[in-house]
Amino acid sequence: MKELDIEALVDNLPEVLAFVDKQLEAADCSMKIQMQIDLAVEEIFVNIANYAYDPETGPATLRVEVKPDGSAVIITFIDHGIPYDPLAKADPDITLGVEQREIGGLGIFLVKKNMDDIRYEYLNGSNILTIIKRLSS
Amino acid sequence: MTIEKALADKALTLKISGRIDSKTAPELEKTVQDALDSITCLVFDFDDVVYISSAGLRILLIAQKKMNSRGEMKVINVNNDIMEIFEVTGFTDILTIG
Repeated sequence: MKELDIEALVDNLPEVLAFVDKQLEAADCSMKIQMQIDLAVEEIFVNIANYAYDPETGPATLRVEVKPDGSAVIITFIDHGIPYDPLAKADPDITLGVEQREIGGLGIFLVKKNMDDIRYEYLNGSNILTIIKRLSS
Repeated sequence: MTIEKALADKALTLKISGRIDSKTAPELEKTVQDALDSITCLVFDFDDVVYISSAGLRILLIAQKKMNSRGEMKVINVNNDIMEIFEVTGFTDILTIG
């Protein structure tokens, strides 16, 4: 298990993705799955950066664990900001035409679509969001 | 991410290379917003785009809404991985891709 403690700022996104990608490359993850995981990590990290400590900033912790048999990766995000369950938000209606489509709301929807499991809990003053992606089909 | 601009009369082509993510998207949004009022055709060339997150999708949606009343907009040279993101989000139905 690898861990990264970092200030939750959008400017730190490249560092966060580089950290995650390093673990995925070591696990021989396909480029397609790596992109799906990067997307999920970006949406969650940017959410923390934009909202968790608003209007201040604060820390986030990422833990990346690849299962020993290489079958799945488990990524956990921890922040100490305001309680926020991103899964509680309704999915956007993706069948609406362009004029009716709302700007926004697609980020968490993409996380839900691309990950195999997502769990949220608020524990001891921390938001803990865990995403799980199978690496082998 | 880099953006190459080619303007011919009122048609603007933006050839984008690299990653359109939350960090790079503001630059693309500014480029698009600055141009929108003076063009009638907007083409995004995605040949060298390797990644697009919701921050980039948001810009495409804003641009499409605006161009619907002004002329036309197209996204060309979309690779399979990016196309899958367009499909999952329903963007294949609201964008002209080709």
